[in-house]
Amino acid sequence: MAKKDRVALPPVTAQKTNMTCHFCIVGCGYHAYKWPESEEGGRAPNQNALGLDFRKQVPPLQACLTPAMTNVIQDRDGKRYNIMIVPDKECVVNQGLSSTRGGKMASYMYQPEGLTKERLAYPKLYTGDQWLDTTWEQALAIYVGVHKKILDQEGPGGLGFNCFDHGGAGGGFENTWGTGKLMFTALQTPLVRIHNRPAYNSECHATRDMGIGELNNSYEDSEVADCIVSVGANQYETQTNYFLVHLLPNLQGATKDKKQQWFPNEPHPETRIVCIDPRRTATMTIIETAVGKDKLLHLEIEPGTDIALFNGVFSYVVEQGWIDKDFIAQHTAGFDAAVTANRMSLAECSRITGVPVEKLRQFAEWAYKPKAAGVMKRTVHTYEKGIIWGNDNYLIQSALLDLVIATHNVGRRGTGCVRMGGHQEGYTRPPYPGKGKIYVDQEIIQGRGRTLTFWGCNSFQTTLNAEQYRNAVLRRSEIVKDALRKVRGGTTGQIVDTIVDAVMNKGGLFVTLIDLYPTMIMDAALVAFPAAHPGEINLTSMNGERRLRLSEKFMDAPGVAKADSLIAADIATTFKAMYQKEGNAGMVARFSGFDWKSEEDAFNDGFRRAGQPGAGPIDSQGGGTGYLATYQRLREAGNNGVQLPIKEYKDGKFIGTPMIYTDYKFDTQDGKAHFLPSPWPGLPKPVMVQKDKYRYYINQGRINEVWQTGYHNKYDPNVRDRYPMSVIEMNPQDAKDLGVRPGDIVELHNDYGATYAMAYPDAAIKRGHTFMQFGGQNGIAGDVVTEWTDRNIIPYYKGTWADIRRIGGGDHFRKTTSFKSRRYQT
Amino acid sequence: MEKLSRRGFLKISSGVAASAAAMGAATAQAAATADAGRTTLPYKPKALTKARGLKPNSPLSFTFPDEQSPCTLVKMGREVPGGVGPEGDIVAYSTLCTHMGCPVNYDQRTLTFRCGCHYSVFDAEMGGQMVCGQATENLPQITLKYNEKNDTVTAVSVNGLIYGRQSNLI
Repeated sequence: MAKKDRVALPPVTAQKTNMTCHFCIVGCGYHAYKWPESEEGGRAPNQNALGLDFRKQVPPLQACLTPAMTNVIQDRDGKRYNIMIVPDKECVVNQGLSSTRGGKMASYMYQPEGLTKERLAYPKLYTGDQWLDTTWEQALAIYVGVHKKILDQEGPGGLGFNCFDHGGAGGGFENTWGTGKLMFTALQTPLVRIHNRPAYNSECHATRDMGIGELNNSYEDSEVADCIVSVGANQYETQTNYFLVHLLPNLQGATKDKKQQWFPNEPHPETRIVCIDPRRTATMTIIETAVGKDKLLHLEIEPGTDIALFNGVFSYVVEQGWIDKDFIAQHTAGFDAAVTANRMSLAECSRITGVPVEKLRQFAEWAYKPKAAGVMKRTVHTYEKGIIWGNDNYLIQSALLDLVIATHNVGRRGTGCVRMGGHQEGYTRPPYPGKGKIYVDQEIIQGRGRTLTFWGCNSFQTTLNAEQYRNAVLRRSEIVKDALRKVRGGTTGQIVDTIVDAVMNKGGLFVTLIDLYPTMIMDAALVAFPAAHPGEINLTSMNGERRLRLSEKFMDAPGVAKADSLIAADIATTFKAMYQKEGNAGMVARFSGFDWKSEEDAFNDGFRRAGQPGAGPIDSQGGGTGYLATYQRLREAGNNGVQLPIKEYKDGKFIGTPMIYTDYKFDTQDGKAHFLPSPWPGLPKPVMVQKDKYRYYINQGRINEVWQTGYHNKYDPNVRDRYPMSVIEMNPQDAKDLGVRPGDIVELHNDYGATYAMAYPDAAIKRGHTFMQFGGQNGIAGDVVTEWTDRNIIPYYKGTWADIRRIGGGDHFRKTTSFKSRRYQT
Repeated sequence: MEKLSRRGFLKISSGVAASAAAMGAATAQAAATADAGRTTLPYKPKALTKARGLKPNSPLSFTFPDEQSPCTLVKMGREVPGGVGPEGDIVAYSTLCTHMGCPVNYDQRTLTFRCGCHYSVFDAEMGGQMVCGQATENLPQITLKYNEKNDTVTAVSVNGLIYGRQSNLI
């Protein structure tokens, strides 16, 4: 099929709205144009809304407009419109750049004949042997009917949820609040797991315990840092425009004037970057090409040895006196105990991490050796899944933050210690009602829990020990399906009773899916509710520098799909009506407060009430000043929004917070930053068992072109041709030894499970190492991940070993898929 | 020779003008009718080179469909998707990166086109597929035709939108 060689231009009269990219955490600003299908703008600059002159070739870097940024959509009234979603040049985040993910937002808007045609448009019911469309009323009556009977009989402890808890698509402050209020205030269930982990927890407990929130600086700080320390992060592929717009220009020397302007009284040495990762990433090869090998120090640590690395360097830096003694004395606590607990010689550090002592010293010198007498370096520390999914989450963060605090790399411009992040954030919820953390996956595997609602969260593809978890859910949901087959033609009441009997007395599990697409969860579900995503609804989120924006609704959601916040409200309201009928005032009160007509109502109820008198406890990333952000003000603030927390709203403008802790008031009771001891623990036992038994280290993570589980991408021919299966990068010699050619299907297997992947040999991968795409639907890396977690039930996805065998030839993949190195290099 | 009076001249010339205008309208109408029957843009074919003299892996620059659109032709040395010529190995691509229009360079070591602005890489042996990068489209491949009789490779159309254009034909 020929590809498009022309596009329709928006006329000057086209509707223009703000859209923050809803994929990665960077949250690039875009504009969505919408105009009737039968109209087109002209080529002259005064004839199209882009103001570009298409009568001649547009010069490089002046436009970012591709066929993927266009689509034709149909609203619920049947009217059809052209849409175009293009990056915003005025947005300080991306400055006109698009990524390969965000650049496809228009393609991924609902089109009944297009690549998104599989979207869930109507509630669906599994009647025993097939899925049928049904009404909201019946689907809610069954869903709520079952949950209410269980709640009334035994309380909320068996009502399980796998829920999103973030921003961007399938998230946002509105939806996180709506689901949170339903789960925690109304149902009051503690049996909740979130996103990519099997419990209700944070991925950043340690840094928070130390008094330092994980998003404490601005992207701009990477423009003016003397050194960047990047730990287990691959920014080019996973935070692209943060890398291209902010970080790389600093390494290239393009921000020298800004540094001079910001910090006129100190030297500005050439910027350098230290990358800590067992894998040579695309980010590193680009840095080498764009800046030079001498500016990059790659520490190829042995997998899982980050704690030892930071302890060794921390000890060395303390010995050298490259620390800020005044800051430590005045604003921190626990330094001496951490020095004692973390003490490790460089020789020992080198033995454990596999990094030569000279490189360890070089790291310390680049990042922490004062620029001049008494002038500390400004070093930004960026980390992501290498730490978040590392060994072990709590201790690595402690070890890294000990080093950061001792060298005063927080609260000063040009410094910071931040997670790079995956998706955007949007957390506003009532407090979790559980007493401790529950390892929900294990509860389900062991036969506990009565219901499980998968809400914008596909943990079949994105959990640890995934095969066993999936099998338990499928086996238990089959018990319910089997019971249902016997009540064909039954009333809604009979269906409810049958389900309740199956889950209360026969070990069944009642599974529901609330999502954009019929994901793999449909294999287990009985009810499916159709949800909506940004553009179809209004949604607020914040990015990795806490920048709050409103993505505006510009089109209708498919069929009768709704915002998650309004689905939560429908569920609560159905409960309320049932309790009203019974005259149960107490339960009526619990399920009240969901009278929302729009997403804005949910925003006003959660984000804007946090910290306000009479609101009750609300954990919100907007803090106590969230009330200043109204939809109208956010619309006016456009794609630059405001960085949370909001300080004030003055003269029609927000004043936000670019950097936290400039006042040295840390988030602890005594206001000091707390060091935490983090002695090197070695590898966890279940991981060691796999390592001893199996040959290949299975590293895993995201790849540039695929977003999360590929929920949109898997329907996109452009991505499907490129990655028809989950890919596994491996060393070419290892591949040869296994008789594996590029494109061959291979099987990974260990004590936990087995999965398939498409072999993608690349010389950048070390012998004995691999890197598999995480979360893919055609090959699930989590199937071979151990059940081990840290103290807060955070998985160690990046710590598993498996054997690999060749399944078969990939002749068909080799015809459509490139197997050249994904790493740009000279 | 009869001298044309001023009045007569005007009469004739206005007649010419009128008939030229009528002809113009007719031509436009004919073109419109012809265009209405098309589902592709009316690219004007352009002969590029003889196939047999081409050396493998030696890029050849040209422009298509107009002078503002730089392209590169390469003989890959093995049959590849979209390849023409006796060995089915001659391909050509627009060399403006589909992301933001920076020139992509042909890399003879990896047989890829690479963009130095935002580091997208496109595979010349796989129809311009993006290997990794920030573009949302593969590199537009120039559809080539090969005439065995005169050994000529001709550019006939473009598969994909060239950067910086509303339509490939300006």
